[in-house]
Amino acid sequence: MNWDAWLPVLVVASSLLPGLVIFFLREGSHRLRTLLNLAGAILKLVLVGILIWGVFHEHVYETRWTLAPGLDVVLHADTLSVLFVTLSTVLWLVTTVYAIGYLENAPHRSRFFGFFSLCVSATVGLALAGNLFTFVIFYELLTLATYPLVAHRGTPEAVRGARIYLTYTLGGGMLLLIGTVWLYVLAGPTAFVEGGILDSLPAEYHPQLKMIFLLLIMGLGVKAALVPLHGWLPQAMVAPAPVSALLHAVAVVKAGAFGIVRVVYDVYGVNFADQLGLLTGLGIAAAITIVYGSLMALFQDNLKKRLAYSTVSQVSYIALGTAILGPIGTIGGVVHLVHQGIMKITLFFTAGNYAETLGIHKVSEMNGVGRRMPATTLAFSVAALGMIGVPPVAGFVSKWYLGLGALEAGMAAWVMPVLIASSVLNAAYFLPVLYRAWFREPGPVWPAEHIPAARLETSAALLWPPVVTATLALAAGLFAAAPYSPLEWATLIAHREYGL
Amino acid sequence: MTDAMIWLVALPLAAALATLLLPRSATAVAIGSGLATTVAAGLLLFGVATQGALHYEIGGWSAGLGIALRADGLSALLLMMTALVALAASVYASAYFSAVSERARFWPLWLLLWTSLNALLLSGDLFNLYVTLELLGLSAVALASLGGKHAAVAAALRYLLVGLLGSMLFLAGVGLIYAGYGTLDLATLASVVEPGPVAWTALALMTTGLLLKTALFPLHFWLPPTHASAPAPVSAVLSALVVKAAFYLVLRLWLDVFADVVTPAAANLLGLLGAGAVLWGSWRALRVERLKLLAAWSTVAQLGYLFLFFPLLLAMPPGPARDLAAGGLVMLALTHGFAKAGLFLAIGIIQQRCGHDMIRELDGTAQRLPATTFAIALAGVALIGLPPSGAFLGKWQLLAGAVATGQWVWLVVTATGSLLAAAYIFRVLGHAFGHRPYPNQPVTVAREEWPALLLAAMAALVLGLAGAPVWGLLEIGT
Amino acid sequence: MLTAQWMYGLAGCVIMALGLRGALLHASLLQRIVAINVMGAGVFMLLVAVAYRGPVLPPDPLPHALVLTGIVVAVSATALALALARRLHAEQEDD
Repeated sequence: MNWDAWLPVLVVASSLLPGLVIFFLREGSHRLRTLLNLAGAILKLVLVGILIWGVFHEHVYETRWTLAPGLDVVLHADTLSVLFVTLSTVLWLVTTVYAIGYLENAPHRSRFFGFFSLCVSATVGLALAGNLFTFVIFYELLTLATYPLVAHRGTPEAVRGARIYLTYTLGGGMLLLIGTVWLYVLAGPTAFVEGGILDSLPAEYHPQLKMIFLLLIMGLGVKAALVPLHGWLPQAMVAPAPVSALLHAVAVVKAGAFGIVRVVYDVYGVNFADQLGLLTGLGIAAAITIVYGSLMALFQDNLKKRLAYSTVSQVSYIALGTAILGPIGTIGGVVHLVHQGIMKITLFFTAGNYAETLGIHKVSEMNGVGRRMPATTLAFSVAALGMIGVPPVAGFVSKWYLGLGALEAGMAAWVMPVLIASSVLNAAYFLPVLYRAWFREPGPVWPAEHIPAARLETSAALLWPPVVTATLALAAGLFAAAPYSPLEWATLIAHREYGL
Repeated sequence: MTDAMIWLVALPLAAALATLLLPRSATAVAIGSGLATTVAAGLLLFGVATQGALHYEIGGWSAGLGIALRADGLSALLLMMTALVALAASVYASAYFSAVSERARFWPLWLLLWTSLNALLLSGDLFNLYVTLELLGLSAVALASLGGKHAAVAAALRYLLVGLLGSMLFLAGVGLIYAGYGTLDLATLASVVEPGPVAWTALALMTTGLLLKTALFPLHFWLPPTHASAPAPVSAVLSALVVKAAFYLVLRLWLDVFADVVTPAAANLLGLLGAGAVLWGSWRALRVERLKLLAAWSTVAQLGYLFLFFPLLLAMPPGPARDLAAGGLVMLALTHGFAKAGLFLAIGIIQQRCGHDMIRELDGTAQRLPATTFAIALAGVALIGLPPSGAFLGKWQLLAGAVATGQWVWLVVTATGSLLAAAYIFRVLGHAFGHRPYPNQPVTVAREEWPALLLAAMAALVLGLAGAPVWGLLEIGT
Repeated sequence: MLTAQWMYGLAGCVIMALGLRGALLHASLLQRIVAINVMGAGVFMLLVAVAYRGPVLPPDPLPHALVLTGIVVAVSATALALALARRLHAEQEDD
């Protein structure tokens, strides 16, 4: 049995098959559903571990299936895909545990976990996509799988939020598709190759290539929440907390950012993109998004909305890193894919905990919550400090590399002010929250205390995930120099991209 | 394998007579013959794939006066689709019609329709095509008027008159062809026809007649009322198969027989009408209140996509690029057939359970019928053209062809149409999310829900994932 | 060359056109049905003209076969149309 060809498919199937079975389970079969979910997640983890080891040793894992003449679906594991797949797998496991706790006694759990698993399968397929055609397919499948999750609660606001989400993402998907088709007509099947493949095309195609780049980035930018295509993200906050966590840390937003990285590095090639003058435009869009997102976050009282705008801002660090020419900038952008994921998911987990345990939805209701829920608030604090860029949490590492990369590329003049302004703004909208949580006196009664204080401040399934991810965020920063750390892996990616 | 061609016509015809004579066992006869016909279609497909184009002269009389049956890759694929859709709809119909009197009138007409479809797809000359086209039209009209409701009868009558008009125009064209070239055999004509006033006039007459039957904008006015008022299995077959048969004829005439006569300008006209169909049909589908009307307008729009291919195909020289585009066209047609049939069957279930098909009042319904809603979702994915449906591959070819030939307007039309389709499909699916918990079993009436599910799955999954052989089969030309 | 064949065929075309005009323009259902039949008659005349092969040879049987088929179809279709029209009329009287 040729394992090398089957491994990528198995990674996708390990969540797809349990998901399909879960759809047909009765609402009451908790044990079986939990078993399927966790079994799939652990199996996926094991398979991804094998992938990591193999790719590090330059093994080739590739699955190829022909859909039509000249159009192959290719699943291929390279360094960048392994980074994203690992992030998705680890965070899926954590989010599954969290979701089981969060949705206790909620209706339609089979439908929820079914689509949840489909969503992860689509994300993993997208991560493993070996050419632009496959990427587009999984990109659209991701939209289809996440729509029912956003609409899950069934309230008019949920359905409306889901409709807005769909409008943006299907529109973006169409732009992405048109750009991809155009590129295929010009350049044939565009496989993802480190260093890009388009620099060999004759110069008369360059204006078309610029247009294609614009289309691709716009299409990807919808999911990656680049301003002004970010409008769906705050609206999608109507989804249950596990969905927001998954969407904002792992699946949808990262898929867009990951796509941008792929297009710049493995389709165009960073040097060629710079030659065409495309990196400057991308950098400016990223910079605007970073500042805008942070500014809007400042004015939000609703905690999840504040975190949503924070996501808008933070994900563009990845795009910014992509726009900075040079390996150090690349490392900063790519490693932030992982770091932002871990930190943001922690924040959403804790926001969900506040809502589920105490009925807290607004920042103004968070006075003194640190005393009632210390572990949760500690996790929140670690993640928030990471977002601001305080060492030794992981966020500091990303910002450091971004700044250093900008200096090296001679772009420090405008990148540094953006980074500094963003950190200041992050501090401005996170530090007051921390102050409130730890140092203010709580009100006489919480808005809606669903889970009374017992041995643990909230249910175990809700408590452990944010603690775990906060620890990971701390570890990613502290042990950044260790082998197999996200930073080391990002360095490997950068070296292979630049041919060092 | 050539025997399969005979069975494909003889089996449903014999079964039609049998169901007329034995009304009590009509259902069993119908389903049994349906299965046998499907097996024959499979054998034919296999035969064409392995032996190349097949040819049979009935009675041994050669072309000229004899009736020849021909099967190539295109017709074999369409025959397979016809068989699968008709079989699924037959199983559905056996549960849908509860009264014996309804069933007694339904099965003979249904099997006659199936016969005419098969015979049309297998015909090798214009005379036979005319006969089968008429048979198809008459049985379709009779089926559409079943149930006797005022709206259905009025729509069926309009359909009949429009169809008759189209047939007369078609016949006039056939007469002209015979006057000019002395033969009606398709294969012979393909080599003999030359550009000239006779060929142009004949093509114009025949095409106009066929466009009336395939409901291309602006000749589409009869379709929405007819398909929306007919019983569910009839609507499924009307939208999925009957209009496709007329389209198949346009395709054959333009790409095979009159290949030397057609000009890019004429193709652009077809493309323009197709664009009108896509935009107008999608727009109307977005505005209507009833599910069946939505599905009918969706058919008008989806047929428009098929006509968008014409200007692309004619702008490309014969070769691999053109074959790729032609394959995309067929893939789109096949996917639409399965998807639209599945959609109509699912809508029929909703109509029966709730007594209405108003979109605004779907909320509780979608909760009570999860399997049906899932079928609608799958069919919807295929109608929008999202992966992994076959329509995604078809639209890819459409977009690629538009880019490659520099005809960007078709790309814009396709993109807009797809987004509009997403709007009207998700308008319906949005109602599937509500507060009520699901019932314990997902499937309530198996004989109705499984056909809908399987047809929709065929469109949304099977054709998209396993559809690569379609291109290979299409190369087997007459 | 205004031979009998040409005159016959031309007349057929004119009748076809008149029938078409009637089918498109007339408001009443019955008039439309009749107009389509007239159009059919025109097409049949055209086909009969095509069948003529000169004073010596017998006419070509194939267009004649087409005409017969066409007549059968037209009759059946007209019957169906009239049945449906009667059904509609009956329902309107009931209202």
